[in-house]
Order: sequence, then C-alpha cells, then structure tokens
Amino acid sequence: MIDEIHVSVSSDADIVTARQKGRALAAQLGFSITDLVMIATSISELARNIVLYAKRGEIILGVATDHRGKRGIVVVARDDGPGIRDVKRAMESGYSTSGSLGLGLPGARRLMDDFRIVSEVGKGTIVTARKWNQ
Amino acid sequence: MQVPILKQGPYLIVTMQSALADADFLQLRDSVMERVGKFRSRGVIMDVTALDVMDSFACRSLRDIAQMIKLRGAETVMVGIQPEVAFTMVQLGLTLDGVVTALDLEEGLAYLDRGNKKSR
Repeated sequence: MIDEIHVSVSSDADIVTARQKGRALAAQLGFSITDLVMIATSISELARNIVLYAKRGEIILGVATDHRGKRGIVVVARDDGPGIRDVKRAMESGYSTSGSLGLGLPGARRLMDDFRIVSEVGKGTIVTARKWNQ
Repeated sequence: MQVPILKQGPYLIVTMQSALADADFLQLRDSVMERVGKFRSRGVIMDVTALDVMDSFACRSLRDIAQMIKLRGAETVMVGIQPEVAFTMVQLGLTLDGVVTALDLEEGLAYLDRGNKKSR
C-alpha cells in the first residue's frame, strides 16, 4: 500500500513538485488522463495558495478507500498562515485578496469530488480534497 | 528552467515544457519581450503541447505575455493545448480572451503567414 506523501511547500518550485507527485500517485491509482490533469491542476492551485497567503505549509497526498472498495486520492493542503477571514467569499469565483484571478479555491473545488476547508484566523487553513476513481 | 525561444524568419517559436514554475513564466515574459524587439518579430507562437498543467497562474501569465506582445506590434498564437488541459481550463473557468489559438504548430504558422501577407 502507498503511504502518505508529504511535500513541504514554500516556493514556486515546490508547487511543481507537489503537483507532479500528486499526478504520479493518481496515475498509480489508475485515474484517466483527464482526471490526472484535473488533480494536478487542483494541487497546483492549493499549493500556490499556501505560498501566496501563508508563505509555507505542506501538501499531503494519500489514498482513500470507500466502503465499497472504490479508491481515490486525498489531497490535504495545510498551513499555519493567517487563515481565511471569510471562507464563503473565498470560495466565490473572482474573489481575491491578492490581486489574482480569484479562481484558485473555487476552481480547485470544481476539479475534485469532495472539498472541505477548515480555517481559523491567525491559526491556519486545512483544505481536504478527494477525487474518486470512477 | 529556461524556456527555449527559436527564431524562425519573422517569427519566434516558444516551446514550453511540462514543469514550469511561476518564476519561469516571469522569466519567459522578459526574454520574449526582449527578443520581439531585438529580432523585430511579426509573430510569436507559444507552443504548449508539452504543458500538462495550465493553472490560473500559467493562464494569466500567458495571457499577459500575449497582450504585451500585441502592444509591441506582433501577433501571438497559442498552439497545442491538449484536450485534457482544455477540459480542465473550462472547469476552472480559465479563459484566454484575446489570444488566438490554433491546433498545432503547423496551423499556428499558417495563421501568422496569412496575417503577414495581409499587412504587407
């Protein structure tokens, strides 16, 4: 069984590493090429948010299995950054506090099957996203 | 990672690899802009065939570069967006407004040739 993969993220080069490792893990799990691109792109957005807003954090990649034995990939993006003041707004397309396109978080959610954000101002943010291999 | 920029007649051909980091896009912007002036290029082809991820940053960077090239009087054609990448871009809500796209290098060059004939 594949263990969790931890990628520490603090630079734009780490964003590339994180999405490459995620893509490789998803490929091992038998995802289609379209899914691989969606997963890698989603990881890219999540990792960039870490660099942009928290400066440093980590992406944790793992394997999920549901009760019927279906497998999927779990992507956790975790940081001890400033947290998100308004998670609801941060999930709206076009909303950004950094001058970016504001598509990162809502985009990452659309590319994955499950998406959950836990954020506390001053403490940090944990995003957990899953995609199942159909 | 340095992105190769080839000069072919009045055009520049920029071939992007898969593992481009954010800083690489910024560097690419500077070198393309420098070369458009240096070679008095009429058109730039941005070949993204090998690009396996087009996220919001990559998309915005490429759109910005195309816009800057236009302001310098040259045309940009983006070629080789893979079907999976196109699908993901649409899901993400990414658009390349104002950037001409073509299927592959051949189509891109044909497009630039047509424009060049007209303007002469």
